Amino acid sequence: MRVGIPTPLRSYTKGRGEVEAEGRNLTELLADLDRRYPGIRFRMIDEQERIRPHMRIFVNREEARDLTRRLTPADEVRILQALSGG
Amino acid sequence: MARTLVPIPQPHKIANGAVALLLGSRKGAFLLKGDPARRTWKIQGPHFLGNIVHHVVLDPRDRKTILLAAKTGHLGPTIFRSADFGRTWKEAEQPPAFRKAPEGENGRSVDHVFWLTPGHASEPGVWYAGTSPQGIFRSEDGGRTWEGVDGFNEHPMRERWTGGEKDGTPDGPKLHSILVDPRDARHLYIGMSSGGVFESVDGGADWRPLNKGCAADFLPDPATEYGHDPHCVRLHPLDPDRLYQQNHCGIYRLDRPGDTWVRIGSRMPKKVGDIGFPMVLHPRDPDVAWVFPMDGTEVWPRVSPGGRPAVYGTRNAGKSWARLDGGLPEGQAWFTVKRQAMSADAHDPVGIYFGTTSGEVWASKDEGKRWKCIARHLPHIYSIEAVELPR
Repeated sequence: MRVGIPTPLRSYTKGRGEVEAEGRNLTELLADLDRRYPGIRFRMIDEQERIRPHMRIFVNREEARDLTRRLTPADEVRILQALSGG
Repeated sequence: MARTLVPIPQPHKIANGAVALLLGSRKGAFLLKGDPARRTWKIQGPHFLGNIVHHVVLDPRDRKTILLAAKTGHLGPTIFRSADFGRTWKEAEQPPAFRKAPEGENGRSVDHVFWLTPGHASEPGVWYAGTSPQGIFRSEDGGRTWEGVDGFNEHPMRERWTGGEKDGTPDGPKLHSILVDPRDARHLYIGMSSGGVFESVDGGADWRPLNKGCAADFLPDPATEYGHDPHCVRLHPLDPDRLYQQNHCGIYRLDRPGDTWVRIGSRMPKKVGDIGFPMVLHPRDPDVAWVFPMDGTEVWPRVSPGGRPAVYGTRNAGKSWARLDGGLPEGQAWFTVKRQAMSADAHDPVGIYFGTTSGEVWASKDEGKRWKCIARHLPHIYSIEAVELPR
């Protein structure tokens, strides 16, 4: 499925803002993303499996707060980062 | 457990090559390259623009590997590694991370890597990292992968030693000043803000507090065993039984095997006080050290006292201090210097360098007598490490 990548993470995707990855849920999708783009997952998800503050994952424009969120191949996943601070 | 003693590999020699300053800042890393006379400086960078870079450290064992601790405002923390003195970089495959907590428990996560220390000379490839919140991590492959030092991170006393989140520095409690005894790879010291100074004699398997004699004005018990706030702890490479620390509550010296710190900052001028962040040692003379005082009065402005920045130096292990401000601004200069942002080279006379919260780099090539601004308009500087450039 298509996954939108925010600019702070595009150093992992060779600058691409949209990539392909597979998974039956977000956990699997993020694992697949990390296989394709090593290191990208830990910048978004901490060691306690929590989505890091200011990182947002949307599935079909609806925010997913739980990594067990189920996915189908037709879903569109967008990872966004709320930028704040100076 | 018996301590395994290993000889110091080689005494620190007088350097005569070109010096480089590895600089970490709130907005990226820079490299300042000097000529062998330390007269002219060229700046390179920024590297990792937009990343918060707390520490950039060269491996003295090969003089070409550099590790850099980075995070951006919201992305998770990581470590970048260069094997060619900063020409190319690769991210750590497994950055420092705490153990996953059992289901239902609120586990810790590393917010940022704050401190990097190369391991003992007899252990090539070994590095230590100190994090916020307080944790110690060890790499045995030159920074590619990192594992927690369970003897500290999972120690049953860890939570009591470190206190809660509110006991730390404003941007998170920190573990810093990881010191490796050059005679003994298993003999380690750490500093924690907050928590205090701790020692391990078994490679990090167990730890004990080492804070006797240090003030902790912010705690109700003045004789508390831990909970102190060392800002920067240094061990002299040629006399590893001599430790110095710039603490939240003064400047101290400890001569082992003694275990009681002596407040040597009480000899500082009263108007200046003995509060500050960094402390730097002369590479060859254990009696010589420099500090950069800041205003720690009333609400803790954390600026140069009176707006008149100065380095203070001692040449007698803290019995007396001299103000060293030749060439520094004479007034209305309100910067300060963070704990990793002051460093010394190994020339004779020794060069001293500091980076300011206002983005300036100042250098002295005569042990602090005269200062010259060698870079300005940089971001808030977090760290400076002076190294000799590879030939």
